[in-house]
This record gives sequence, structure tokens and C-alpha cells, in this order.
Amino acid sequence: MDKKILSLSDLEIGKTGIVSFLKSCGNERRRMLDLGLVKDTKIEALYKSPCGDPTAYYIRGAVIALRSEDANKIIINEVD
Amino acid sequence: MGLTNKSTGKSLINDDLQITRQNNSDKVIALAGNPNVGKSTVFNELTGLNQHTGNWPGKTVTNASGEYVYKDKKIILVDIPGTYSLMANSVEEEVARDFICFGNPDMTVVVADATCLERNLNLVLQILEVNKNVVVCVNLLDEAKKKNIDINLNKLSKQLGVPVVGTSARSKKGLDKLKEVIYDVAFKKDTTNTFKIEYDEKLENIIGLIEPTINKYLDNKINSRWLALKLLDIDNTLHNTLNKFLEFDILKMDDVINALENVYKYMLENNIEKENIRDLVVSQIVRRAGRIYKECVTIKNEKYNEKDKKIDKILTSKIFGIPIMLSMLGIIFWITIAGANYPSSILSDFLFKIQDKLTIFFEWLGTPDYIHGILVLGVYRTVAWVVSVMLPPMAIFFPLFTLLEDSGYLPRIAFNMDKFFKKACAHGKQALTMCMGFGCNACGVIGCRIIDSPRERLIAIITNNFVPCNGRFPTLIAIITMFFVGTMSGITQSFMSALLLTTVILLGILMTLFMSKLLSKTILKGMPSSFVLELPPYRRPQVGKVIIRSIFDRTLFVLGRAIAVAAPAGLIIWIFANVKIGNLSILSHCTNFLDPFARVIGLDGVILMAFILGFPANEIVIPLMIMTYMSQGSMIEFSNLSELKTLLVDNGWTYITAICTMLFSLMHFPCGTTCATIKKETGSFKWTLISVLLPTLTGIILCFLVANISGLLMMIF
Repeated sequence: MDKKILSLSDLEIGKTGIVSFLKSCGNERRRMLDLGLVKDTKIEALYKSPCGDPTAYYIRGAVIALRSEDANKIIINEVD
Repeated sequence: MGLTNKSTGKSLINDDLQITRQNNSDKVIALAGNPNVGKSTVFNELTGLNQHTGNWPGKTVTNASGEYVYKDKKIILVDIPGTYSLMANSVEEEVARDFICFGNPDMTVVVADATCLERNLNLVLQILEVNKNVVVCVNLLDEAKKKNIDINLNKLSKQLGVPVVGTSARSKKGLDKLKEVIYDVAFKKDTTNTFKIEYDEKLENIIGLIEPTINKYLDNKINSRWLALKLLDIDNTLHNTLNKFLEFDILKMDDVINALENVYKYMLENNIEKENIRDLVVSQIVRRAGRIYKECVTIKNEKYNEKDKKIDKILTSKIFGIPIMLSMLGIIFWITIAGANYPSSILSDFLFKIQDKLTIFFEWLGTPDYIHGILVLGVYRTVAWVVSVMLPPMAIFFPLFTLLEDSGYLPRIAFNMDKFFKKACAHGKQALTMCMGFGCNACGVIGCRIIDSPRERLIAIITNNFVPCNGRFPTLIAIITMFFVGTMSGITQSFMSALLLTTVILLGILMTLFMSKLLSKTILKGMPSSFVLELPPYRRPQVGKVIIRSIFDRTLFVLGRAIAVAAPAGLIIWIFANVKIGNLSILSHCTNFLDPFARVIGLDGVILMAFILGFPANEIVIPLMIMTYMSQGSMIEFSNLSELKTLLVDNGWTYITAICTMLFSLMHFPCGTTCATIKKETGSFKWTLISVLLPTLTGIILCFLVANISGLLMMIF
């Protein structure tokens, strides 16, 4: 499997990644953890808002929209 | 937008932590769960109450309680706001955490969404840790089945060590079983769970260093393992709640201070930073949830629901996303306007015929003129106007809006509009609270609890009034119909009305964004904070139920409130119009006093007074204007809505007056209930005052500009 390290905001629509680590801290980090975004969690980019931001992701069975600033702080390994 | 008499008005002002048991054998049960898993639906089905339901996360932001009797035992059920975890991030989550951890419920029922059980288990595990008596209710089983998700409930129950019941609350499946199991757990003591989250060695060592010390202070009222980890990164709100609950400050106890010092020493030795504790705790819980999930759930197709994906691709697409959103809004208004026309005129014909009969009746009784005046011309006629102008549009708009809410479209609106709110340095969920404002601004203000950053929450509260609530729509619709589309006929007329109304609403939305930006750059400086928006699966709305619920719960309630305000207002207007000081009636004194200022901003004294007297409820503004004009001299008797324009034009209304009145209706001080709610939610007189001043001043300035620029233009051309 080819592994590419990138931040979630760079994940193309339709592609899937595996969470590597979170760069955020404090409240923001807590919120991500609440969603189950811990290491090794699978995450798929579904679609973008009409204005290009935020993006909807498929995370542990739920569709969650994140702004690019927040997705930026989630580092993933892309899988294909 | 839970507009029922429980969720609006004064009852909003108290959401107590303590639920009183009338009888010692009564059991208090908390209903917890992630946002939007159907807690309120389960609540309604169990209690037979009509707590408002909708398909979007964050709908329930306060505790609601209800009760039911099962096998002669009374059970008090508390519906608490949805939360992802017990590590509260926002006010609504705090409400939830405080009730589960410190509200002393006899047991907790955790409602989990079968279609995304893995994440839901995260909360289930956290609650299992703090509450001894727990029942897990896996809801939305029917939807899970459609998605080929198979959940082994027996296995899940064994893994968790507590009873698990599968339900499909919307179609009333599994609820009898749920009642039975709740009864068993609540009244037979031997079901207490022994669930313990096993942490790794280091965390267990940390717990070991502090737990024995705090244990003796807690008297088994709080789980000591949970609190041990919490004390390490305790925040102010939790600390305060804890102090109130224990009635002393546990962090001030000498031995606790010592124990904590030992813990910090241990953490330093082992390179564990304070920041990391929560990470370690959460990731271990999440992994445990993941393991349990894998054991108990089999999915045939692990992809996200293809149908929903297709719908979303269209509704949020670059080309169609925003046009669809706007036309949806326009269509709702169109149906409202076109549908309300006819019933409105029937109602007014009917009600004014009754007025004539009443007059004959009073003449027959031989009562003095002033009694007939006060009761019939004052009270009855105002109420009749309110009913005939307000009821039809409300009875159509509310159910339509609820259908939209039920389908799951509202979060998509927030998703589509987020970029604009981000540019305004505001929170993405403000779009949701704004939508709630269409129903009722007071509900919109409370809804702002879903916004966790205090700065952005304040912005959302202060600007909520820039979208017109349901009480202001009829005013706008009436003016549009009379002045701007009056010459057209039939479908064109209602279509154009809807288009104009949508434009007015868009102006309101633009003002919301502009004011949010202004606040962000001045008194509420700051950058937008991060946020998470969940987009729930679409659900087919239950049309029949929605119509019945929204008419009974919302429309009639709001109408009742409007009438309760209209009756005394009609009385006052009649008395003021008929009691004279000098040569003029009190009413004329008042309107004359307001008139010079009102003229400057394109209105007149009567309009301004109607807005001021309409402070308790915006619904009565137009009826008050009518009453005042009619009582001021030319007492033309008319009973038809379409003749209203003549009355207004006779009193000096022009197109400019109409535009200014619409602008002022869109932008003026919030109604009484909303002001009280803002005071309650912000806890500050200053912010309440700002929430009043901002829209009022904006309205005055805009009206001034419109009136004077158009005046100038007319002088030139």
C-alpha cells in the first residue's frame, strides 16, 4: 500500500485516509477526540460546500463537516 | 425551534438541575445520548408528551421532564441535550453533563444511534463509568436495517454488562420492552452495573495515587475513578458545579492537595504532560468502544449511504446548492401567501359578522355605550384582526417549516452558508440559530447554546433578531400584498409577493452577516473558532404527525399568546382614543408626540406607537395600526382585508411609508419574550441593551436614509 502523509484538508474528494495524529490542542482537540478522531481512524472526504469550504467527511459512521482550518490540523496517511 | 408553551415564554427562565420526586418510590431517569439520535422521540413515546422533535443536532438545548406510570410506579423522565461526551465543550453539553453526573438520577437511559453505533458507544462507556444504573437503548434499528447494519444486541449487552434494548421509536417499535427493562432496573436493585474502563498502566497508577484520598469525601455520590482523572484538568464550570454538589471545595482539602502533588510528580517523572491526560483517557475509551463495536456489529456494505450521498451532492453542489436553498425559501413563502389569502378573508368576514351580532346584542341589553365600545370595538375587534391576519399564514408556515426541519435539511443550510459566516468571523452553527429565528427569535436565542465559543454565541444572540420571526411575517406579507403587488392578480400576485418577501428576508440575512462582522471587528473582537457540524441522514418526514403537532403545539400556542396581548392592547387603545384631555384624545396626544420623530424616518406617529405597543408580541402591530387609524376620526366601517389599503392611503401612506414600515418591522427592538430570554441567556443587562439598540438603531438609520434620499430624488425629478 502506498502511503502519503498529508493534512486532511488536502485529501481529495472521494479519497480515504487514516488518522495519524492531531496538531490541535485544548478545546479544539477535545472536540475532534469526541468524534472518535483518534489514531488509526478511517476518514473519507465526501463533498465540499458550494463555496468550497467546509468539507463533509465520513467518520465512524457519521457525516461531519469541518472547516479547512480545522481539517488542516488533522494529519493523515492517504490510502487508495 | 421548539415552540410549545413549555419551551417558550417564562418557562424558559428556569431549567433546574433538581427534579422533585412527589413520592419516595418515584424514580428519576435521565435520557442521554449523542445529538440527533431520537432522544426526544423516545421521550415523547414514553411520556405521551409533545416535546418538539426535528432532524438536526442541537434541537434540545434545555432539560425537559415528563412522567409516566408503569405497573403502578411513577417514573419521571428527563430529556437532556445531546452530547458527544461528558467532557463538556458547550453550554448545552454542560447541562447534559451536570444532570448525568450531579443531578442524582436514579438511572440513566442512553439512547444510541444504531446507524453509527461506534461513536455512540464512546458516550455509553463514559456514562457507564459514572452512573451505576444504566440501560442502553439502541434506537433507529429500522434505519440500520435498511443500511444492512446488523447489531447483535445480546452480545452488546454482555460486553457492556447492562441491559440493551433495540427500538425504532418513530414507528413505536420496541418501546414496551424498553419500559419493561427500565422498570426492572429502576425497581430491582440487583442489576447495578460493574463496568469499569481499564486504562493503561500509567493512567491506572495515576488513578491509584489520588482515588483513595478523594473516595472518602465522595460518600459514593460520584464515581471516584472518573473524578480522579477529571481533577487533573478541571475547568472552572465543572469546579463550581462540583463545589455546589459536594457543598465544599474538594481541591482545598490538604490531603487532596498532597495527592495531586504526588500525581504531578509522577507525571513529570514519566513524561506525561497535563494536556495529554485527556488524550490518553479519550483514546483508550474510543479504542475500547471500537473493539466492542467490532464484536457486536456486522455491516454488509461499509460505504456511506449512497442515496443520501446523491441527494447531498445536488443540495450542496456548487451550481445548485445556493439556488435550491433560496428557491426552497421562496416556495415556502409562496405557499404561505397563496394559501393564506382565501382563508384570511373568510375568517375576517366571519368574525366581523359576529361583531355586528354582538353590537345588536349589546343594544338589546341596553348597556351603556362605553361598555359596548370597550368590549366590542376595543377588545373584540383587535382580537378579530389578530386572528384573521395572523392565523392563516402561521398555520401554513409552521408545518412547512417543520417538514423541512424533520427532513434533515437545516444542517445542509448551515453547511452551504458556512463560508459567509466564517467571513463574518462568526460560528457556522449561527446559520442554524438564524433558521430557528424564523420560527421565534426567543427560541433562536436559546438555540445559541449549541455554539460553544462565548464570543460567537453572543454575536449569534445579538444578531438573531435581524431575521423576522413568524410573528412579523404577516405584517410584511400584508404590506407587500397591499402596496406592491395589489394590481396583479391570482398566481402572479402571490408569486411576486413571495419573491419580494424572500428579498426582504435576504436583506435580513445580509444584515445578520454584516452586523456579525461589525461586532467581530469592534466590541467582540476575535477570530472564528473551530466547529464541528454533523449532517444527519435524510429522513422522510412524518407529514400527518408534523401537521397536527405544529398546528396544536405551535400555531395555536403562538396565536393564544398574541390574543392574550391583543385583548388588553385593544382595551387600552379604545380607552385612549375615547378619553379626551383638552380637545384631543389621549391617543392623539401620544401619536402627535411621536409623530415628528416618526416622520423623519418615513413612518408616522401611529405606526411607531403600534410598534411600541407591540413590544409584548409583534403579531399585534398591524391590528393596532388599523385600530388607531379607525378610531382617529374617519370611522369607516369596513370588514375586508383588501379595503385596508384605502384606510392606510387615506391616512397618508405612500410607497415610501410602506417600505420604511417593512424595514422597521425587520429591524427594531426584539419582542418582550426575546428580551427576557436574552437577559437570561447572557446574564447581562449590557448585552441585552446592545441587542435592543443594535437592530433599533440600524432600523432607524436605514429608514431615515430611505425616506430622505427618496424625498430628495422626488424633489429633483
